[in-house]
Amino acid sequence: MIAYEDVTIAYAASASPVVTGVSLRAERGAVTAIVGPNGSGKSTLVRALLGRVPLVSGRITIDGTDVAEIPRRDLARLCAVVTQREDTTFARNVAEYIALGRYPHTGAWGSAAAGDSGAVSAAARRAGVESLLGRVTDELSGGEWQRVRVARALAQGGDALVLDEPTSFLDVGHEMQIFQLASSLAESGTAVLLVSHQLNLVARFATSMILLHHGAVVATGAPDAVMRGELLERVYDWPLVVTRDPAVNAPMLVPLRRST
Amino acid sequence: MIVHRAWHWWIGTLVFGAVCVLGVALGTVSLSPMQVLAALTSHAPAAVHSIVVTLRLPRVVLAALVGVALGTSGTTLQATLRNPLAEPYLLGVSGGAAVGAVAAMMLGVSSALWPLLAFVGAGVAVLLAIGVARGAGRSGHTDVRVLLMAGVVVGAFANALIMILLANVSPNTIRGALWWMMGSVADATWYTVAWLGLYVAAGVAYLVAYAPEIDVLTLGEDSAAGLGVDVHRATRRAFLASALLAAATVAAAGLIGFVGLVVPHMARAFGLSRQRAMLAGCAIIGATLVVASDLLARVVIPPSELPLGAVTAVLGVPFFLIQLRRMR
Repeated sequence: MIAYEDVTIAYAASASPVVTGVSLRAERGAVTAIVGPNGSGKSTLVRALLGRVPLVSGRITIDGTDVAEIPRRDLARLCAVVTQREDTTFARNVAEYIALGRYPHTGAWGSAAAGDSGAVSAAARRAGVESLLGRVTDELSGGEWQRVRVARALAQGGDALVLDEPTSFLDVGHEMQIFQLASSLAESGTAVLLVSHQLNLVARFATSMILLHHGAVVATGAPDAVMRGELLERVYDWPLVVTRDPAVNAPMLVPLRRST
Repeated sequence: MIVHRAWHWWIGTLVFGAVCVLGVALGTVSLSPMQVLAALTSHAPAAVHSIVVTLRLPRVVLAALVGVALGTSGTTLQATLRNPLAEPYLLGVSGGAAVGAVAAMMLGVSSALWPLLAFVGAGVAVLLAIGVARGAGRSGHTDVRVLLMAGVVVGAFANALIMILLANVSPNTIRGALWWMMGSVADATWYTVAWLGLYVAAGVAYLVAYAPEIDVLTLGEDSAAGLGVDVHRATRRAFLASALLAAATVAAAGLIGFVGLVVPHMARAFGLSRQRAMLAGCAIIGATLVVASDLLARVVIPPSELPLGAVTAVLGVPFFLIQLRRMR
């Protein structure tokens, strides 16, 4: 379980904080979603978990242990992260790419640990990318690439998975595949922390939501508690209504036209 | 991208072997492969034995070592920086090394220690370039484009320093230094081969050991951190090992550009991507390329020789431009 406890983050000691006093918990068996406008601090929270930005105060824990005290490789075995962007300068075979997820499990000299190849094929099956294993990463479509990245994170193992905007640039079918995968991973006991702009899909699939605005939590709880028209209107600075989608029985945001 | 096949290794090794035999056989006095073989087994006239064993063989071995060092250094820098245009020469590493080596020469330091001083120069150049890129980039991010530009500027600065160092020395020394700055393996001795061999063995072994970490670094800093890599330490490690390799070649054979750029692209064209395989492939291709370039430098207008660095630059610059077009 991942927990942020009163976390404040600033990029430089002198700069004003980009995240202020954020507390949240991503429990095992649940999809916890962080939402909020661009620049509200969502990805900064993910980077803080990776130790890429220093905390001014507060702490981030995994199963009660401060991540700052967990050796990096051990942390990577506990929690896999699919970052928002990834470098694709050098193409690789897809199977080889997914196997990079086994890096934290390799021994001295990078020797493969027992079960590594099994973990790679199991991850590929779970993410539905088995048919892509013989392909090269620069030949994949956007949707295939995102699923292959998730497969790499699954190959990493661990009980926690962080997905930072995994569906940007994806069409509705590929988007649904990722959300369904996140939801089924949670059902099998993983703690899934999801950063997304897709409020309607989040409202359907997430167990709980955290709404950030200017680096602070403005609402948290079940989707019904966070998906409130007047609140979202203020945070996103755009007229909108929240209705209920009868087909899936979930709150649904409908942006309106702003009168000019 | 073509599929990597096991027989590529055999072809590569055979081509390398053939180029080496030609490298020993051809020159102002051309020998047949049989004469070369006889000289190696010491059933040859003293003149032939001397040409083969004391002149051409150390030259070919030195060229091969330079190629191994520049090829492995280039692939490591490209992977670490996630930039297909990175190489020791363009990043100012070679320029920094040259300042160190010229200073060592002028101070009369023993030639076995030149690589160490060249390494100090290369290290300072790397740290300067990284420092500039870090300063310009977003917190925690190193902008690879800025790093490349910083490298070019550091290289230009290094050139200026060399000119200042050489301002007050005799014309003879300048002639020697100039020849050396254009790169050459003409003065190869077994002594040079021995110490460069030691540096190359140490540097390559180190890079091979850390190759899996560099594989992960190619994903970008955040993803690498997510896989348990200490990004800053790993980058520094890869940089310093690459700088040591480049610096040792500069001390042994002067400035030889573009090998580190071209070789990794050729290795990738053979379907290699894993860093350990890349290191092996770049070692073979790099050695072949430098031995072949040196051969070319000798045979184009005999008995004069072209500077080796000029030959590699003539081959490398068009290649660089093609890559630059592809990046857009």
